[in-house]
Amino acid sequence: MNAPLPPEAAAPLAARAARQAEVLAALQPLLPAHALLWRSEDTVPYECDGLTAYREQPLLVALPEDQAQVAAVLRACHALRVPVVARGAGTGLSGGALPHALGVTLSLAKFNKILKVDKLSRTAVVQCGVRNLAISEAAAPLGLYYAPDPSSQIACSIGGNVAENSGGVHCLKYGLTLHNVLRVRGFTIEGEAVEFGSEALDCAGLDLLALIVGSEGMLAVISEVTVKLVPKPQIARCIMASFDDIRKAGDAVAQIIAAGIIPAGLEMMDKPMTAAVEGFVHAGYDLDAEAILLCESDGTPEEVEEEIGRMLDVLSGSGATRMEVSKDEAQRLKFWSGRKNAFPASGRISPDYMCMDSTIPRKRLADMLLAIQAMESKYGLRCANVFHAGDGNLHPLILFDANDPDQLHRCELFGADILETSVAMGGTVTGEHGVGVEKLSSMCVQFSPEEREQMFAVKRAFDPAELLNPGKVIPLLSRCAEYGKMHVKKGLLPFPDLPRF
Amino acid sequence: MSETPEIVDDPALRTLVERVRQARSLRSGLYIRGGNTKAFYGNAPRGEPLDMGGLSGISSYEPTELVVTVRAGTPLAELEAVLAEKGQCLAFEPPRFAPGGNDSGTVPPGGTVGGMVAAGLSGPSRAAVGAVRDHVLGATLLNGRAEVLSFGGQVMKNVAGYDVSRVLAGSMGVLGAICEVSLKVLPQPAATATLRFEMDQGRALRQLNEWAGRPLPLHASAWWQGLLVLRLSGAAAAVRSAAQSLGGEVLPPDLATAFWTGLRDQGDEYFVNARTALDAGATLWRLSLPQTAPPLALDGDSLVEWGGAQRWLCTRLPAATVRDAAAAAGGHATLFMGHDRSAGVFAPLQSPLDRIHRELKRAFDPDRVFDAGRLYPGLCP
Repeated sequence: MNAPLPPEAAAPLAARAARQAEVLAALQPLLPAHALLWRSEDTVPYECDGLTAYREQPLLVALPEDQAQVAAVLRACHALRVPVVARGAGTGLSGGALPHALGVTLSLAKFNKILKVDKLSRTAVVQCGVRNLAISEAAAPLGLYYAPDPSSQIACSIGGNVAENSGGVHCLKYGLTLHNVLRVRGFTIEGEAVEFGSEALDCAGLDLLALIVGSEGMLAVISEVTVKLVPKPQIARCIMASFDDIRKAGDAVAQIIAAGIIPAGLEMMDKPMTAAVEGFVHAGYDLDAEAILLCESDGTPEEVEEEIGRMLDVLSGSGATRMEVSKDEAQRLKFWSGRKNAFPASGRISPDYMCMDSTIPRKRLADMLLAIQAMESKYGLRCANVFHAGDGNLHPLILFDANDPDQLHRCELFGADILETSVAMGGTVTGEHGVGVEKLSSMCVQFSPEEREQMFAVKRAFDPAELLNPGKVIPLLSRCAEYGKMHVKKGLLPFPDLPRF
Repeated sequence: MSETPEIVDDPALRTLVERVRQARSLRSGLYIRGGNTKAFYGNAPRGEPLDMGGLSGISSYEPTELVVTVRAGTPLAELEAVLAEKGQCLAFEPPRFAPGGNDSGTVPPGGTVGGMVAAGLSGPSRAAVGAVRDHVLGATLLNGRAEVLSFGGQVMKNVAGYDVSRVLAGSMGVLGAICEVSLKVLPQPAATATLRFEMDQGRALRQLNEWAGRPLPLHASAWWQGLLVLRLSGAAAAVRSAAQSLGGEVLPPDLATAFWTGLRDQGDEYFVNARTALDAGATLWRLSLPQTAPPLALDGDSLVEWGGAQRWLCTRLPAATVRDAAAAAGGHATLFMGHDRSAGVFAPLQSPLDRIHRELKRAFDPDRVFDAGRLYPGLCP
């Protein structure tokens, strides 16, 4: 829907080949032969990330094996003014790791070692390519774990989590990646070693770590991350509550927060999604419910018992038609199995689906679900919904068949409609998947030209030649003008300096 | 609470924009001033004050969203009172300093919300709940080009564009004037208990780190002169059982509240003594260290907070000695209070961070309207 404008895509093949030879010659002395891929059949696996609708072949792929090689590759690319796209596990859902046609894809897959797990300081020092779940597995014998748990945690890497500021189902209580990272080490585009944050809780000067987390590989290349580990709660229990009305379910979410409860997890599924996941995992979900809430409490046994009691009171007071509390860990995991498998379950009922990721104020959840129902008729496509209800983050999955160009087109319009409705409700176009290339156009709606220009200026402060992951996250003025949707926030006239027809 | 008009329609904002525009064209410098309660903090300001007091009021507050949006000049006391009515709070317990204010009334007494964010200081609960920056969800900024820009938003999860709003926390006004900020708020803890133990600093540090590795409702800690004071908070059942298992002497609630408030607002005995010592030539340093760093062998009076991560040191040692010791332990030292600030308040930056700081300053404020010296005098060469 929002594929990047490809200014250089029309570069003649011969010119591309010449450029490839030039970059290859510069990188070959720096890396072992097996760490450099340039033949088309070798670079094809890198042509997309988790967002498969957009594909591009890079000039070449570099797979450095140590810090010195990363620095050397960056220095060479900087000297030749070659764009560099850093890549972790390639599980991103917004095209953040989409290659640049005239750029180098810098795969950090070989940086997969856990360097230190320390019980007393409750920290782990890991290389950027270590998988999210692997950190918690390594910390488990110490009674600790790494809290942010994106659903892709078995595959996604910590470096990618830092680049996207990934969340997960427990971030209302435990925070996002930003809140769980102490220090990031890496390199500037010039190949200079740089460190953001420290093992202390703050640093001198501006809080650049806050800027690096979520910067989608556009400010620096990350090679090592120090994360906070937290004690594993003694127990966790989950309530599964059914509602016969979407609005009642939405209100129940607000009522839980109003009661002063911060659940460990608070998720919502609508009826179509419940049907899809029940067919997939057979967890015993209530198929008659219009919406299901999963509400989790964790902590000490006394704490959880007290909190579950309060949660049940609020849920029944909000009109829950059925409530079940997990009796043991097996049942709790069963409750979650459907939620965690929402994506593959959708894959079973539709040839393709597009996952949206906007966030809205919690009080608008029911309004949003009803708006999406209206959009289903408008665009003639079905949509199944899972929400991180506790923090207002939506994952509507629009079901379509990519082989039908008209369906793809309608799906794109449907998605853009959801994002723009989210902004109008006071929300944001992306809660945790990142802008990448997918939501570039939607950024025109959320930010004014001056705000976007300020973001470009931030990028240039780190990367003056704009070589790190160029073309992502911040749309150009020309692109926004072409998109035609206006940024109307605060009554400012968009593009006052552009000629109009 | 009813919605107040958009900040762009606030006449006080228009006045500020005009001031910045003028200063830019006249090439004169401004420094941003809220309640002027933290004049002691940072290097000496340069230029004319830009008073934020007129830009005041709570723009929106929805307790069930756990979000409040506030204009920068709003007194912190006013915000906290509004939150308390709904049983909520700023979980990071920002310090509230002496009344401040000025005779003409353009500077409100007590600290402001903008000043709280710009200074980036957090209180006793910081290690347990996060810092100011962890609670910033969005901000509206007036930059050096006199542009009014909004970043972030009013929702917990938001990765649209760079997280400029959080960088403003602790930015000391270098990048521009914070006009409005959206903050995550939290319910006040259901229950708290304060325990007191006798132990030396080394043992206290080890003990705090060990406790933090267990699922206990730790909320704040302070060690001074052989006494460790620990606050637990959370669900009543969890606090009760933790207090029983940890032992120690339970402080009566009113005494405990007075202690933590004094510590938070730097009005307790340690800080009173420190202020007296300043007049005799001492300096109050704030050392930010890894929680597990052993006690530093530095002469002076030490107060340890944040499970070991924040260590106050009132000493007459030379700045270089304190800074070197902090750096060797993996942290940094800030000259928090002292009559002589010639050593620079904040630890100097190394390459390439110094260059990135200069470039960021240029990105937000190319004509150096806003004083950068409060943070680093060398930021605008």
